[in-house]
Amino acid sequence: MTPLKRNPPNRRFTCITYPEAGAMGLTGDWRIFRPVVDKEKCTGCQICWMYCPDTAITMDENNKPVFNLEYCKGCMICETNCPVKAISRVRETEAEAAVEK
Amino acid sequence: MTQETPQWRPRLKDIANQEELFTSGQRLCAGCPAGSMARMAMHALPRPKNTIVSQATGCLEVASTIYPYTAWRVPWMHSLFENAPANASGIEAAYKARKRQGLEDDIPDLLVFSGDGSGFDIGVQAASGAIERRHNFLYIIYDNHAYQNTGIQRSGATPKYAWTTTSEVGKKEPGKLLWKKPIALVYAAHDPAYCATASVYHWRDFMKKVRKGMEVEGPAVIHVLSPCHRNWRYPEEQGMQMAKLAVETCFHPLWEYEGETRKYILSAPSRVFALKPEKKKPVEEWLELQGRFRHLFRPKRRDDLIADFQRLTDEDWAFIQKLSNMG
Repeated sequence: MTPLKRNPPNRRFTCITYPEAGAMGLTGDWRIFRPVVDKEKCTGCQICWMYCPDTAITMDENNKPVFNLEYCKGCMICETNCPVKAISRVRETEAEAAVEK
Repeated sequence: MTQETPQWRPRLKDIANQEELFTSGQRLCAGCPAGSMARMAMHALPRPKNTIVSQATGCLEVASTIYPYTAWRVPWMHSLFENAPANASGIEAAYKARKRQGLEDDIPDLLVFSGDGSGFDIGVQAASGAIERRHNFLYIIYDNHAYQNTGIQRSGATPKYAWTTTSEVGKKEPGKLLWKKPIALVYAAHDPAYCATASVYHWRDFMKKVRKGMEVEGPAVIHVLSPCHRNWRYPEEQGMQMAKLAVETCFHPLWEYEGETRKYILSAPSRVFALKPEKKKPVEEWLELQGRFRHLFRPKRRDDLIADFQRLTDEDWAFIQKLSNMG
């Protein structure tokens, strides 16, 4: 099979959009709670990565989860399934202040 | 079971380096385990760059491919509720013809996703025909117990006494009056090359089964339980726990059928309960967490209905144990 190509830039009207992350738009603004990881507690087991329905978790070079907040819908499946309880929830309206702290 | 090649074991470290074929930005409800299910299946593919997905109408299709966008990084096709396996057989036939003419040198793997509306009710004849014609494809039925996509109508997968918008709870009727169809047994009776049940919580078990179903020559069917928090009425973060409890109460036992040996084998997460029946939980524990069974507990506790549900669950479980020579 031929590899997929991106949309040619000069065509204004195409019937087909080539698949890429977020082709249908961002879903981060659905979130009520934001997941926050405690990197001291995290053992890098990657269970959160496996269970995330939105592909919003990637693992960094130390094997700790990084949340892609543009797509995370805040379902907290990662928090419930974390075996060492390293992920906690912060209300989205208070998240900016909490992260700065 | 004699196998020359060692069985593929999913290791998270290896899988995490693979490319994501089901991307973010799809419009499934927050906390819908169908997204996890699709990702697990796509990560378990033996030839990810050479796979074609055919999909029946359902939540996963509607949410992941809103026209003209798509969240799938593989060639993907959708037509209707009733003909996803027929599509797959057509694709396979076309590739075979092109190979005969020397235009293609390889026939891609075929993966079919369908929800329980298609897999249990509407699409049975197409699936039955495709399995009978021995097309080489894997048919994954993800079962969330009703037509959730069109607004929670009852389907053949809805269990007894569950509330849906077309099996209302009232003075005369306590929800749906009929039991769930044993769909995996129906497809296993077609004698496919491989047939299995799985749950989203047991990801390792599910991914092994997907890999096995893709690698085996001939049709394969996997029935996977994927809870829905909009109908089942549980907090959205508990999705995996609901799937886990369904296995622990033996409401959804995990087993596989091998066409080669024609044997039913209980999978590890369910074999525990066959060997140690005292570990099995009463089905009431699973029912009382769900809002769709609330009328069994409030305002008046209906012990007769709960006992009936337990009896039907136990009968199914005893039958599976008998089939797999574990009972």
